[in-house]
Amino acid sequence: MSSSVSRITARFEKLKEANRAAFIPFIMAGDPDYDTSLALMKQLPAAGADLIELGICFTDPMADGPAIQAAGLRALEAGQTLKKTLQMVREFRKDDNETPIILMGYYNPVYSMGVDTFLAEAKEAGVDGLIVVDLPPEEDEELCIPAGKAGMDFIRLATPTTDDERLPSVVKNTSGFVYYVSVAGITGGATGANKAVSSAVSRLKAASGLPVAVGFGVKTPERAAEIARTADAVVVGSALIEALAGALEKDQNSRDNVTSAVTSLAKSLADAAHSAR
Amino acid sequence: MSSTPADTPSGEILNSYRTGPDAQGRFGKFGGRFVAETLMPLILELEKEYEAAKADPAFREELDYYLEHYVGRPSPLYFAERLTEMVRADAPKGKGAKIYFKRDELNHTGAHKINNCIGQILLARRMGKKRIIAETGAGQHGVATATVCARFGLPCVVYMGATDVERQKPNVFRMKLLGAEVKPVTSGAATLKDAMNDALRDWVTNVEDTFYIIGTAAGPHPYPALVRDFQSVIGIEAKAQMKAAEGRLPDVIMACIGGGSNAIGLFHPFLDDRDVEIIGVEAAGHGIDTDKHAASLTGGRAGVLHGNRTYLLQSEDGQILDAHSISAGLDYPGIGPEHSWLHETGRVKYVSATDDEALEAFQTCCAQEGIIPALEPSHALARAIEKAGQMDKDQILLLNMCGRGDKDIFTVADALGRDI
Repeated sequence: MSSSVSRITARFEKLKEANRAAFIPFIMAGDPDYDTSLALMKQLPAAGADLIELGICFTDPMADGPAIQAAGLRALEAGQTLKKTLQMVREFRKDDNETPIILMGYYNPVYSMGVDTFLAEAKEAGVDGLIVVDLPPEEDEELCIPAGKAGMDFIRLATPTTDDERLPSVVKNTSGFVYYVSVAGITGGATGANKAVSSAVSRLKAASGLPVAVGFGVKTPERAAEIARTADAVVVGSALIEALAGALEKDQNSRDNVTSAVTSLAKSLADAAHSAR
Repeated sequence: MSSTPADTPSGEILNSYRTGPDAQGRFGKFGGRFVAETLMPLILELEKEYEAAKADPAFREELDYYLEHYVGRPSPLYFAERLTEMVRADAPKGKGAKIYFKRDELNHTGAHKINNCIGQILLARRMGKKRIIAETGAGQHGVATATVCARFGLPCVVYMGATDVERQKPNVFRMKLLGAEVKPVTSGAATLKDAMNDALRDWVTNVEDTFYIIGTAAGPHPYPALVRDFQSVIGIEAKAQMKAAEGRLPDVIMACIGGGSNAIGLFHPFLDDRDVEIIGVEAAGHGIDTDKHAASLTGGRAGVLHGNRTYLLQSEDGQILDAHSISAGLDYPGIGPEHSWLHETGRVKYVSATDDEALEAFQTCCAQEGIIPALEPSHALARAIEKAGQMDKDQILLLNMCGRGDKDIFTVADALGRDI
């Protein structure tokens, strides 16, 4: 990896040359257990993942719907910690030094570890970006600015309630890409109307000069394709986690079923996103 | 980062302890606005609207009207004479302070919670919001919210942990009678913090038309400040009443702390009266040295949850732990951020009382004063009885009797192994 261009920027540039939207799957680190989750993560690039969002489990995920709440609880019950999540990234990086890894979660586990310690360890492990749901621009000094100094992208969430007045402060200290939450609500709910999403994407692109990813409530290849026509990336989380939970329900013991249930859905979503334009 | 009073080292004497929060919503390093972007514009709007309301005499007048005629304020200040005599009988000669109760348990709905609910629903109306949501633990805040929603004709959804729904059935039925929809929350440990998570999820989904009436002096700025301000009526009245009764301020004031809204309501007007010793009492459950307690300050450390930085019960990995207290109203793993700051500056001293100590104080209060206290203030009472016994006879101790115990009689009967 070159020292000046981040993996995230390099990846979006490459996709732009190919006129293709990115597919970004979200999985919860440690769900249903460390080994399965790591195996799944390693299989995601082959299933079409251009970037990977890796969830940091937390007891109180206030912005998440039932699917991701349950995923976090499974991970916690299996003994997942932030340290183990960083270890997963290290393991992943042994075979893949190009796919950008973004950690997504809530602030308290990071704050508890200590921001400086966390940033140093995350950087060393090969993390490229952070999405922290409960850190709006008003709290940029907590983690966003230190992360930028440590050479890590802090990816901001923009929402339908982010009006023109707020937009400049929302995109100000962000880098890598902007994540557009297509609907006011929690993960796994409804998605925003197509027209509203595409106009929001143009607005965010113009304001930030960064690629725009769209997520929250994207569940089907059809919907992924629609979004991929205008957005730079499509994020899918709850649908993949529901597939994982479904496979677990069928067979508590088979870990192969779990990974293949997720990767096969990921592949169809990735194909739809990649061939949308 | 902000300059006031952010970097105050513990124990430094400030000119005033009543100036917070700063523009970032911080009390020292505590507080803040740790919420999802979706909620940020609404929280900023609420802050603006609250500032406008504070400056508007018509708002004050309306609030005062409902506090007087609907809530029943001012609540009395009461000299607990027999309790004082009991303490003196057991104390060394010349010891045994006069014990007074600020009787907020006589409010409509039976606790201090309504002070805040009236204030917030008037704000919600001012902002044109059409739907009210709330979280509740014991159900006291849920009942108070359902009450003001009935009074003002707004639909009300109350999130309550499924565990609490089971152990607080009378309050669930009260809320339903008042027209509220009670949504049992099954995530996590199914108690107060989980109810708050689900209320936040509802809010983020219905941000346009919904007002979230938070029940304690916690959450994102401006909630800790506005809940404190609405509850400060307790301390403001108490000050005037003490002067009328004794011609001076009390030597010690005490209150129980869960999230800490009744305590901050009593404490805040006294913070700059340096001669008044202020003591908050947390719930020690089975004991601070066990894993079953709810004493965030005594047994926790700083973290970020539910929109603010404050002391939290948490694991080494920053996962939030389940709190325990016999009193559902204190059963929360966090505490209002202003208390965290007052703890670190040393202005307020925080101690704790166990389930058993609270149960004993509960029975003492019933027998000595003919007042059935809620289990929450029974924690403060346990420490107050002890403290008064160490104070001089001519000194005064004031305790906030923040709720009545009718709701708790089943829990108490169960704990004492008696059939009702």
